[in-house]
Amino acid sequence: MSIYVDGQTRLLVQGITGREGSFHTGHMVEYGTKVVAGVTPGKGGEVVHGVPVFDTVAEAVAATGANCSLIYVPARFCADAILESADAGVPLVITITENVPVHDMIRVSATLQSRGVTMIGPNCPGLISPGSAKVGIIPGQICMPGPVGVVSRSGTLTYEVLFALTERGIGQTTAVGIGGDPVQGTKFIDVLAAFEADPQTEVIVLIGEIGGSDEEAAAEFVRANVSKPVVGFVAGQTAPAGKQMGHAGAIISGSSGTAEGKIEAFTAAGIQVARHPDEIADLVARHLQQG
Amino acid sequence: MDLYEYQAKLRFARHGIPIKEGDVAQTAEAARAIAQRLGGTVVVKAQVHTGGRGKAGGVKLAGDATEAEAVAGAILGMDIKGHTVRTVLVDPAVDIDSEFYLACVLDRSARRILIMASGEGGVDIEQVAEQTPDKIHRVRVDPGQGIQAYQTRQLAFGVLHSLPVERQPAFKAAMRDFQRIVTQLYETCVAEDATLAEINPLVITTDGQMLALDGKVTIDNSALFRQPELAAMRDPGAETDAEREAREAGLSYVDLDGNIGCLVNGAGLAMATMDVIQFFGGSPANFLDIGGGAQAEKVATALRIILSDERVEAVLINIFGGITRGDEVARGVLAALQQLDTDVPFVVRIEGTNAEAGRAILADADMNTATTLAEGAQMAIALAGERSATRATQQGMGA
Repeated sequence: MSIYVDGQTRLLVQGITGREGSFHTGHMVEYGTKVVAGVTPGKGGEVVHGVPVFDTVAEAVAATGANCSLIYVPARFCADAILESADAGVPLVITITENVPVHDMIRVSATLQSRGVTMIGPNCPGLISPGSAKVGIIPGQICMPGPVGVVSRSGTLTYEVLFALTERGIGQTTAVGIGGDPVQGTKFIDVLAAFEADPQTEVIVLIGEIGGSDEEAAAEFVRANVSKPVVGFVAGQTAPAGKQMGHAGAIISGSSGTAEGKIEAFTAAGIQVARHPDEIADLVARHLQQG
Repeated sequence: MDLYEYQAKLRFARHGIPIKEGDVAQTAEAARAIAQRLGGTVVVKAQVHTGGRGKAGGVKLAGDATEAEAVAGAILGMDIKGHTVRTVLVDPAVDIDSEFYLACVLDRSARRILIMASGEGGVDIEQVAEQTPDKIHRVRVDPGQGIQAYQTRQLAFGVLHSLPVERQPAFKAAMRDFQRIVTQLYETCVAEDATLAEINPLVITTDGQMLALDGKVTIDNSALFRQPELAAMRDPGAETDAEREAREAGLSYVDLDGNIGCLVNGAGLAMATMDVIQFFGGSPANFLDIGGGAQAEKVATALRIILSDERVEAVLINIFGGITRGDEVARGVLAALQQLDTDVPFVVRIEGTNAEAGRAILADADMNTATTLAEGAQMAIALAGERSATRATQQGMGA
């Protein structure tokens, strides 16, 4: 089992003819993801890695029954692309693009919320349910199916953890990158709720970083609602206040958003916190043996 | 991107918020001319991207043009928390009756703009939030509806009712102005793609005028493509050479105080790398994310930036090969190192896709390689220690 995406996912790629869109579509098709359509305005009728391209999302959905959209379009066209998918009735939208204006995301989130559309991202690596669907840019070869759910605000740090788990023969139900932006479509608590409800997920890995208060909210959610063991990590213990650390959302404002505060919240909620990334897989392995 | 106070206030004014009609100067003589034109007492204010100017002596009153010139001369060139003052704002002085706080900030968890107002102005709002949270009034704006009149009333009456009795009449008289300014500040925030638009203090003058005395605006960097006027306000002089070179090369770079340079792909992994260095007793010299792929040119630029910091005694390169393969990364690193002439030791840690092949290529080239992040960090710390000890001995012999 898995969350958000699986063998039933019929994927549509917006921006499929672009460099990134086309490259990653190749990898997704190769992985076995059902990529049923692509959209690039003006390029309808073309074929990319065997996937038919349409001019509009509405046409693509009507022709292929796509139920998940993946967005690679440039940042300035992103809000438009997300709303186009929502309007065409696509219930799940994953946005890889980074540098999407914050006010665009504020506007789009409100609309999606009112329509019950789930968005993951922006500025995220997407997600993968090993063995059944890879939606985004997480490398397929570092994952394997198994009992661990992974959720993270980061890309390569997540890959590290996935790789370390897979090396030990510990597989994953789904790995979800929720992205490093200040305004995210899906938050830790949404993914935690999905992992808690997924019978195959036995242990959850929660990888946070400085900035905002989503880790604190996640800790509170874990304390109140999660019965499964959670292993946590927070990146940015050495980050100075007031400086943006790569991700637009990774910034300590005044005294809020520090790693110390988040680690404290995790610990208080019974989440086992790894002191450094290498320890994450160790802690997960210990929980699985106990289980 | 932060705007300077004078830039922020000009943006406010565009949306109808009253400000004082001062001007900026880069020299003491120019400050004198402005003071002359304005007449009367002026306030000379350092324009820097940091708080605590007042305490640092960066804000001073001047009774006339001659005094303004002297005061500006003292403030220009001053160092405030590492920021050199190169511009001063000369504003007419204001007789203040009372001070307020008003701001539009991004509320990340609500995914909305949050408007905060308080009768406690001119002070650190974080302190107010901590000590007297009931003195801050908040509303969140539905982006589809925009700000509503009832929300401005909610803030206005909230502030009114939490004011001490003696301050209430003045605020009551200015309440309509206050509500209008709330709306205008929200409009500023949206129109200018700001993630923070703060008036602190918002004042009522002794003659009953409400105006923005100081302002802070942070513009969303991701929106600068559609804000060309704001993009042009970036002050290249406020960046270090390393920061500018990194920005132009598309690298995320933050200078830190330690002696171990870090070059990493991915922001989360870059932060984790710094953390691991500290965990094992070392100290990172920088945050640097080279992003996806690892073209030799980009790696070389990144290493040049890291090595331009003379405190760097060792460099830890930490790359996770995902879709980019480890052997390609290794060749990129070697090509980059050939372009540089340095005696600073390097440790390369490659993991992920084709990592073994990558490590073999680097080992053949006599590079220090590590398998785990922990191992890499410890090697880098040891090498940095050796280099710094050797240099200390050499300096001792030289003396």
